[in-house]
Amino acid sequence: MSIKDEIKKVRDNVYEIPGSYNKSMRASGRFYIADEFIDDLEEGAIEQIVNVACLPGVQRYSIGLPDIHFGYGFPIGGVAAFSLRNGIVSPGGVGFDINCGVRMIRSNLGMADIEDKLDELTEKLFKNIPSGVGSKGKIRLEQDEINDVLDYGAEWAVKNGYGWEEDLEVLEENGRMLDADSSIVSDKAKKRGIPQLGSLGSGNHFLEIQIVDEIYDEKVAEVYGLKEGMIVVMIHTGSRGCGHQICSDYLRIMDKAYKKYKININDRQLACAPLDSKEAQDYIQAMAAAANYAWANRQMMTHWVRETFEEVLGKSAEDMEMGIVYDVAHNIAKMERHKVYNREEELLVHRKGATRAFGPGREEVPEKYREVGQPVLIPGTMGTASYVLCGTETAMEETFGSTAHGAGRILSRSKAKKDFDADEITDDLAAKGIKIKATSKHVIEEEAPGAYKDVDSVVRVSDSTGIAKLVAKVKPLSVCKG
Amino acid sequence: MKKYEYFEATADIGLKAYGNDINEAFENAGLAIFNIISDTSNITPLDEIEFEVTSEDEVSLLYDFLEELLFYHETEFMLFSRFDVKIDENFHLKAKIKGEEINWDKHERKTEIKAITFHKMAVKKTDHVEVQAIVDL
Repeated sequence: MSIKDEIKKVRDNVYEIPGSYNKSMRASGRFYIADEFIDDLEEGAIEQIVNVACLPGVQRYSIGLPDIHFGYGFPIGGVAAFSLRNGIVSPGGVGFDINCGVRMIRSNLGMADIEDKLDELTEKLFKNIPSGVGSKGKIRLEQDEINDVLDYGAEWAVKNGYGWEEDLEVLEENGRMLDADSSIVSDKAKKRGIPQLGSLGSGNHFLEIQIVDEIYDEKVAEVYGLKEGMIVVMIHTGSRGCGHQICSDYLRIMDKAYKKYKININDRQLACAPLDSKEAQDYIQAMAAAANYAWANRQMMTHWVRETFEEVLGKSAEDMEMGIVYDVAHNIAKMERHKVYNREEELLVHRKGATRAFGPGREEVPEKYREVGQPVLIPGTMGTASYVLCGTETAMEETFGSTAHGAGRILSRSKAKKDFDADEITDDLAAKGIKIKATSKHVIEEEAPGAYKDVDSVVRVSDSTGIAKLVAKVKPLSVCKG
Repeated sequence: MKKYEYFEATADIGLKAYGNDINEAFENAGLAIFNIISDTSNITPLDEIEFEVTSEDEVSLLYDFLEELLFYHETEFMLFSRFDVKIDENFHLKAKIKGEEINWDKHERKTEIKAITFHKMAVKKTDHVEVQAIVDL
């Protein structure tokens, strides 16, 4: 019998796998997916939701979001929250690219202001922000300066001249997780981190100049400072080799820990440790340090984006009102207070390929957005639209304040390379008025829009199920790829 | 015998590497890794790096070895095309790897590898040795 026969529909686009499906489950599985795609959903991803629902201390539901797909151990597009009393933390529930995330910078520019300069802007952004495999940042950190990056994140960056003090107010965690402890981070992770700080990387990461194409919610858009026709910039990157190394280090440590603490897991990549163990506490501090690295990374790029706009357009970034809309982390684990049945409890929430979507009133949301809920930034794929949504009360009730994070791959990279041709894609995008700069043709083929799930459908399901509400759609004008 | 081949994995790429013994299979896995990042036929073995790792079993050793290759690739800013591996019965590995500093005018720029995963990782011994890994891109 297929696992799919066990799935029950809860309401439109919401499904459940009852906790009775297998006797190791400590919670039910629940997922948010378009009704028309339920048949296409990989069984492997559903099994991963079940595997996560078997972990100690898991609360309420093991959750799959509209962009769910098969990951390593935990699915991508997954959320799971664990009790501090008997729960666990797992590096596999965060992923290799710790604090991979998205940032949006607004402006007071319109199409008329940049039309003639778009090519130059794109070329210079591509040059000023290092990208691609084997890309080094432009700056060289001193050996112990990396510790400040890991401990202070975006605060370190601002203090060192990258960006504005007020930027910090609109970053998730204000760009610095206080749990971070650089002394826990391995020398190897630091060595990988030093040369790569201030680089975009490769794969699905990107930097885009975009235009606000459509507003769905005027009131919220106004609070976020967005309006139709506005030029914005989106940055999608993470913690680079530093975060990957921290994840790898702790996968190995947890591989021993789960045996030591006699935790039953269905897949080696769910390796974890009880929250009150030293292994767990160390991971949380090291993960927070990687998260800080990523915030510093995006902060430095923000500075170079502003500098590039200043250079090409001959106006100051302040005059162009290039403030940050928001910055979200979509691979992370955090201590948060949530309602479990009728009690409010502090839980460790793992988001792997999931965006926090806190609703109105939560104190974690910057004051100026608090009344309407936090901005949720959902990046599209190369050449497709991206979206701004807002957090909701429904997300707080149902998904520990979380929603989808992007499109979700459907074709393997090798298949994409076979099916698509870089020159054709570049021409297609050019015909739509989108310029693309990449370090190689491989990345253009591997990241072809056709290799991904349709991001429009992902955000529609988030919106229709209420686990985030649509605010604005942005369209790319030019794309820089690694 | 083929040195290695690739197979499809949802978002990423898998590799199978072969050898007459475990040393050779590991060496070919190293080659497969750098042929994902660049074209190994165009990497000149100029400079040598030596390292050692010890693990608790063969699968973990494969993981640690491949991770170590990524570490030297990123921190030394090098690409490698020659691998000399010696593994003893205590899961202790000594490697000498040869390559050169990255020069993107010379070397083909393919794909960045984020990490090695434990997913379906295997070391199979029959009349020859086959190792398998999936890398996260």
